[in-house]
Amino acid sequence: MRDLLLFTLIVVAGTGGELCVSRAMKAVGEAPGFRPAQVARVLLRAVRVPWMWAGVAMMATGFFALLGALSRYNVSFVVPVTALSYVAGAFGSAAFLHERVSAARWLGVTLVALGVTLVFLGHS
Amino acid sequence: MAQRLRRLQTSVAIAAMIVAGPLGNVLLGKGMRHLHPALWPPPALLATAQAVFVSPFIWLGIASLIAFFVAYMLALSWADYSYVQPASSLAYGVVALLSALLLGEQVTPLRWAGIAVICLGVFVVGRTGHKTTERTPLA
Repeated sequence: MRDLLLFTLIVVAGTGGELCVSRAMKAVGEAPGFRPAQVARVLLRAVRVPWMWAGVAMMATGFFALLGALSRYNVSFVVPVTALSYVAGAFGSAAFLHERVSAARWLGVTLVALGVTLVFLGHS
Repeated sequence: MAQRLRRLQTSVAIAAMIVAGPLGNVLLGKGMRHLHPALWPPPALLATAQAVFVSPFIWLGIASLIAFFVAYMLALSWADYSYVQPASSLAYGVVALLSALLLGEQVTPLRWAGIAVICLGVFVVGRTGHKTTERTPLA
């Protein structure tokens, strides 16, 4: 029960956070390059976008859940299981965002779910 | 020219993500291992927080994940999420490799197979078309 909660938090908060950050970065615009001043300017613009804060809050929640899971299981078990976020993402975008999820995407999601199942089966 | 530079920058950022992300997770795993975190009662929570945040591995892991996050933000500013996502699917392989090499974790063949299938699945997900809904730009 507790493990289920941990993995659910990692997957749901992590995916939600990434989507928010992705949305924020689209609003910020292209980074000019890698130079520290350029990177700093992008970061300063990013922190003024509310989506960034929502994303960071969700990712922080996911982070502490990840720490909890890592205290109980191997890294090579925990991280692959978090790939379930792709499955959650497909169902979430179909159900809540009314996006059309293509057959190819369902195939990919099925492969991810299959892979996670194998990782579970290989969990000794 | 500018386009080629963009593509090169994007590749460098994605390479940084593929290394820094898994390294961060492995360092966190090293720091959290053998720690038995308790969240209740409050003194136990305090002790847990103290144990977590005095660990050098946790801080190195956090630094690594911040590097990952900056590279991720840069990559997303140059390329679509649907391009960055499949390209970073290799990270699942790297995390297994690093946890076997650095932490000595026993990765069973079945687990390797699962990870390979996950990478393939993530790749297929990312290769599918994006933008199936019209969206208005943020004001």
